Amino acid sequence: MQKLFLQKSICNRVKFFRKLLERLIEGLLMLSGGLTSLIVVLIVVFLFREGLGIFGSPSMETSSVLVVNKSNPIKSLTAAQIKNIFDQNITHWNEIGGKKDTIILFRIDDLTNYVSEEEVGANLENVPACLNKVVDSIPNILAFLPANKIPKNFKGVIVPSEKISPGTFLGGKEWFPTAEPAAQMGVLPLILGTLLVSFVAILIALPLGLSTAIYMGEIAPDGIRRIMKPVIELLAGIPSVVYGFFGLVVIVPLIKNAFGLDVGETALSGSIILAIMALPTIITISEDAMRNTPRAMKEASLALGATKWQTIYKVVIPYSASGITAAAILGIGRAVGETMAVLMVTGNASVMPHSILQPVRTIPATIAAELGEAPQGGLHYQALFALGCILFLITLIINLSVESISKRKKGERH
Amino acid sequence: MLTVMEEKIASTEVPIIPKQEIPASNVVEQKIKIQTKGVNLHYGEFHALKGITMTMQEKTVTALIGPSGCGKSTYLRLFNRMNDLIPNVNIEGYVLVDGKDIYERGVHVDELRKNVGMVFQKPNPFPKTIFENVAYGLRVNGITDKNFIAERVERSLEQAALWDEVKDKMKKSAFELSGGQQQRLCIARALAVEPSILLMDEPASALDPISSAKIEELIYELKSKYTIIIVTHNMQQAGRVSDHTAFFYMGELIETNTTKEIFTNPQNIRTQNYITGRFG
Repeated sequence: MQKLFLQKSICNRVKFFRKLLERLIEGLLMLSGGLTSLIVVLIVVFLFREGLGIFGSPSMETSSVLVVNKSNPIKSLTAAQIKNIFDQNITHWNEIGGKKDTIILFRIDDLTNYVSEEEVGANLENVPACLNKVVDSIPNILAFLPANKIPKNFKGVIVPSEKISPGTFLGGKEWFPTAEPAAQMGVLPLILGTLLVSFVAILIALPLGLSTAIYMGEIAPDGIRRIMKPVIELLAGIPSVVYGFFGLVVIVPLIKNAFGLDVGETALSGSIILAIMALPTIITISEDAMRNTPRAMKEASLALGATKWQTIYKVVIPYSASGITAAAILGIGRAVGETMAVLMVTGNASVMPHSILQPVRTIPATIAAELGEAPQGGLHYQALFALGCILFLITLIINLSVESISKRKKGERH
Repeated sequence: MLTVMEEKIASTEVPIIPKQEIPASNVVEQKIKIQTKGVNLHYGEFHALKGITMTMQEKTVTALIGPSGCGKSTYLRLFNRMNDLIPNVNIEGYVLVDGKDIYERGVHVDELRKNVGMVFQKPNPFPKTIFENVAYGLRVNGITDKNFIAERVERSLEQAALWDEVKDKMKKSAFELSGGQQQRLCIARALAVEPSILLMDEPASALDPISSAKIEELIYELKSKYTIIIVTHNMQQAGRVSDHTAFFYMGELIETNTTKEIFTNPQNIRTQNYITGRFG
């Protein structure tokens, strides 16, 4: 009797501990799941918080200002106008809606051309007063001055630079984020560069990848397939910097010689490297999709007298179309986000791409190359984060479309 | 009561049943459609068919029965050379269709398969419209005449007793049909290329009893035009639809005779055990 009771109590204790252990494991699993989700959310929030700050801030650093004479009707200038004026592409006020006079540019270094050194003072203590005098005396002046040298009773008018809006940011064609006096924050060349390089990459990779997938999945004998598949998957494991190196040493000179160019670092070089990098994704996913075509369906086609090739393009490819599309989109996703290899071979000129034989600059390459030089919290830094947001949105759209395509596939089957 | 009796019969020593003579008046002069002579088939090391010699008459239904893995499906797939798709298959012997060896060099497999239609165990329509499913066989054989295709599709669907059910939704996906309708669609698809032989690999095993009955009825009707070979696990079905039955066991053809004979007067104890449900 006692023995039985003892056994029962031991049994109960074991049960209790087992339950406790299970609870503990459950808790740990939940914790890790929660932690991961939290990290993802935090990263996205951080990205957008840093990036969206760019909108609404002026395109000039706050430490300096643009100043005109009080008789000048100009109320504000856009970043592009400022750049054109200081590049002397715009020389008259009437070109930007002002009076019909030439623009007289003035920088702080020019002060001694207008006033004597005695007036400035031995320790430059009279600079603000002199600036006041100069700006007041020249009606056509456009002065670029440090903000801390503006006197209290200033007789000139501070012209604010136009604030950066999503329109000027996304639609701007010039990317000079560190230009003086006004940074040029047009990311259109970068977006177009990214899309161009990715698009051409997919144009190269898709036919090649699809042919390989068809060969591997439907035509190759088992032995060849068993060798080919791991080799292709090995391609996915090569670090991108190695691809970049390969591109720089092999593909860049090849393109240069083939097209007789001055430089071989072009969009096409980047596309070729990206195509090679996207191949494993495209091949493995589309091959899997094709192999998922039910055997019965292929047999049905063959039993009706269709040839092997007819079966492939009339049954296997239509059946696996959604898988193939997903493969292509994932390949594009890889291409869009790829940084290192592209940075190494595309030449990184932030100009509007007109041909694939020109250097281009992509979004990831821009971020990677410039973030180290951008002071934290500054305009340039924020602009790079905004670029990160754009890249994030592009890849998000890509992933969502993959998901909707694979959902549609499931719907078709049932 | 019946099962007890059957068990008794099976467990006793095999009585040598005298072979009954078929009255001469019952023998109808029929053309031999398919013949196999000493067919041996190996999947690698595995000996799947062991010296099968058998004859099938034109416009009859032959049922192939036997337990799983006995080689009946493999045997069925000889006639449209579906076994060719499997690597490491080695086939010896002769398979004659209309007197010609279909495994001879120079035989066009595509041409052969046009003549020998096949219906599979599970309905396997293509992910296309109902119309395109039936038209598929015509299209892959290079027929482009639209009127001809439309006509043939309609006739095939009528033959498969499906036309009335689908004539208003030809442009719909074949997956919208029920399982039984899909299987009849697959039959129509096979009929569209006008074969003379129809192979059916357990065509009703995945269907409910009503759909199954419809398929059986269909087989009965199709017999007047086609030579049909059907693999089935269902003894009653074999009894209902077939003229001849062949019993396979472990890759061997144990017994073949008219269905009536096989079911009422089997010559071999294993046949008897199988059809009475003692194993399989």
